[in-house]
Amino acid sequence: MRWKTAEYHGWGRALRAEGQLARPERRAALDALMREEPAPAIGMRRSYGDACLNTGGRAVDMTRLDKLLAFDAEQGLLTVEAGVTLGEIVDTLGPKGWIPMVLPGTGFATVGGAIGNDVHGKNHHHDGSFCQHVTELTLIAPDGTAQTVKPDTPLFRATAGGLGQTGVIASAQLRMRRIKGDVMTVTERRAPDFDAFRALLDESHASYTVGWIDTTATGARLGRGILEEGETIAGLVPPKKPSKTVPLDAPGFALSSPVVRMFNRAYYARVPKRGRTVVKPLDNFFFPLDKIHDWNRLYGKRGFHQFQCVVPLTAVEVIRDMLGRVAVSGLASPLAVLKRTGPGRAGHLSFPMEGYTLACDLRARPDAVKLIQRLEAQTADAGGRIYFAKDALCSADRIPQMYPELEEWRAEVAKIDPDGVLKTDLVRRLSLRSAA
Amino acid sequence: MTETWILLGATSSMARALARAVAERGDSVILAGRDMAELEAMANDARLRGAKLAEAALFDARDPGTFGPLIARAEALEGTINAAVFVGSMPEQAQIDSDPSLVDGTVTDSFTGPARLLTMLAPVMEARGKGTVVGVGSVAGDRGRLGNYVYGAAKAGFATYLSGLRNRLTRSGCHVVTVKPGFVDTAMTWGIEGMFLVAPPEKVAADILKAVRKKKNVIYTPFFWRYIMLIIRSVPEPIFKKLSI
Ligand SMILES: Cc1cc2nc3c(=O)[nH]c(=O)nc-3n(C[C@H](O)[C@H](O)[C@H](O)COP(=O)(O)OP(=O)(O)OC[C@H]3O[C@@H](n4cnc5c(N)ncnc54)[C@H](O)[C@@H]3O)c2cc1C
Ligand SMILES: NC(=O)c1ccc[n+]([C@@H]2O[C@H](COP(=O)([O-])OP(=O)(O)OC[C@H]3O[C@@H](n4cnc5c(N)ncnc54)[C@H](OP(=O)(O)O)[C@@H]3O)[C@@H](O)[C@H]2O)c1
Repeated sequence: MRWKTAEYHGWGRALRAEGQLARPERRAALDALMREEPAPAIGMRRSYGDACLNTGGRAVDMTRLDKLLAFDAEQGLLTVEAGVTLGEIVDTLGPKGWIPMVLPGTGFATVGGAIGNDVHGKNHHHDGSFCQHVTELTLIAPDGTAQTVKPDTPLFRATAGGLGQTGVIASAQLRMRRIKGDVMTVTERRAPDFDAFRALLDESHASYTVGWIDTTATGARLGRGILEEGETIAGLVPPKKPSKTVPLDAPGFALSSPVVRMFNRAYYARVPKRGRTVVKPLDNFFFPLDKIHDWNRLYGKRGFHQFQCVVPLTAVEVIRDMLGRVAVSGLASPLAVLKRTGPGRAGHLSFPMEGYTLACDLRARPDAVKLIQRLEAQTADAGGRIYFAKDALCSADRIPQMYPELEEWRAEVAKIDPDGVLKTDLVRRLSLRSAA
Repeated sequence: MTETWILLGATSSMARALARAVAERGDSVILAGRDMAELEAMANDARLRGAKLAEAALFDARDPGTFGPLIARAEALEGTINAAVFVGSMPEQAQIDSDPSLVDGTVTDSFTGPARLLTMLAPVMEARGKGTVVGVGSVAGDRGRLGNYVYGAAKAGFATYLSGLRNRLTRSGCHVVTVKPGFVDTAMTWGIEGMFLVAPPEKVAADILKAVRKKKNVIYTPFFWRYIMLIIRSVPEPIFKKLSI
């Protein structure tokens, strides 16, 4: 396999790596590579920080292994190669009445990446995490052997949310959801402040629920936002518009605080006071940002960070406090999400827990780093955890407290990758594989 | 009316993109190549994306024994038959220089193997009076260069063959499109130094389908390679022979 030396980065673009990448175009090439020169897998690099980076080392770009291998319509089971994106699955099978049970906020994530971070979607409170619907997967260990891994086994629990540390996932079988049609009704409601927002989240029974939050609002408006509730239906909507691309890095002021404040005010006001129900294509609801390719370049050369935490239900006041800190910092972007999560998780290092999750993007500036470190400390103290898919800044000593099953995970990973061949930048930074 | 695409070298990244595009519009595909496991997986993928029929078939440009069964399969197909050739191999020139026997294989993969198969297929297409042959050559065939002139020579030979085949098949209502890609982002170019303006394979597939629809004779893909090659071809030989581009 030929290796390409490249500089690459995660979605936040604040952390970068230089290393060697292979990109097998077929299963046989992947098998040969893992026998001869094993390396960790990466997908579409939609993780924000360094989960998908291996500085000075090697990584296997899985994106060309993207075939749909089999579909059992009776049982709703789809087998795919791990490099296929979830958006591609939705585009292909959505019109036939099937979508994956769990979809994160971007359709550009691959199935392998969705397993590696055990991702969650807008239905987490009902249906749990991505890997809870993985019915089996094929894993190639660093010794080159392939095996089928089934749920409820130690290796599955180490692989689900296991950040690629147990091997390269070549293919997986997913449980699909039957839908009446590839259209959604979306009800949007204003929440004028944090208490109202929380009440709406707690009361929501919709299949899919997500909240956009205005992280620039302060005082009486602190924590205001819009709750979106979605249901799939049959119907007709106008066909997808072609996507747009951000052609270059935006200048620093593009997302400066007055611009963001103005944008957020307008975005909030767009939904009438009494709320509204609109009809959207599936993609627009599940992957609202994917219509603009490379939108991460809006943050300019220096990139940005996403902070995402989850805290237990009882620690909801911590979220209010965090929102206050973000609002006064003036570093926030329009992208911020508040959601209620259920208990569903499939792996030792899976992110979700029953509680509230807050995610917000912050321009990469020295004061953003300080702010995020502060928020991370608050998260740990509240009995919550930060999300590896987003993190670029956390320090290693906080992890054992946030992830109580870390030791079990380490033991299982040590068995399958004793030499640490599959380590990535994130794993090293957070000393995940061994005590710091 | 059923349209079937016989893709030769179907495991190539460009062919994979084309197979998907035609599967999505409901055409049938015969995926011909050497890696049968991969071709079977591709056939499943094509069916799930909407192909009316999708089959894997053995085809090795260096083993004419595989040609007969493929032609028999083509004869048994209903409707319009299209064939697209993606087969090709590009050993490093330095490798060929030290082992000249590699010349034969390179020429067989990119030229004589596919040409022999197309010559066998031509009467089948003529009998139906419709259908298109797509032959993927390369800009490397437009002028012999220091870096890959054996590969280039094979592609030049194939282009000349395609031009003659076009001349022949047009008489019976069939058409031949010669495709000359520039740099495309595939296994062939991954990690090779000096690549620029590298196009995704999906772009090549889309350009091919457009050329078939519009009955183009020769296309460059992406289009600007026509102008790059115009310049390269116009450099006088006394100067060109001293360049290493
Ligand atoms: C706009 C946007 C919205 C998002 N919304 C959500 C959301 O709502 N919920 C959520 O949970 N996440 C969300 N994310 C995060 C994203 O879903 C995850 O980071 C996901 O893992 C990205 O998949 P990827 O293919 O890009 O994987 P990468 O980022 O490339 O890799 C992620 C991890 O998986 C491992 N991995 C990848 N492929 C394989 C494989 N084949 N075998 C073994 N290991 C592998 C890698 O080693 C790495 O550790 C969002 C991201 C963006 C950019
Ligand atoms: N990539 C570029 O920049 C570029 C530029 C111009 C032209 N091209 C041409 O475009 C075509 C597709 O190439 P690609 O870039 O997609 O590279 P590729 O993935 O390496 O494709 C080459 C294809 O040729 C097949 N092949 C080679 N020898 C064969 C043989 N003896 N019998 C049967 N099949 C054989 C391979 O099949 P196996 O799977 O069995 O190996 C593979 O499917 C080639 O003709 C290439 O020369 C490429």
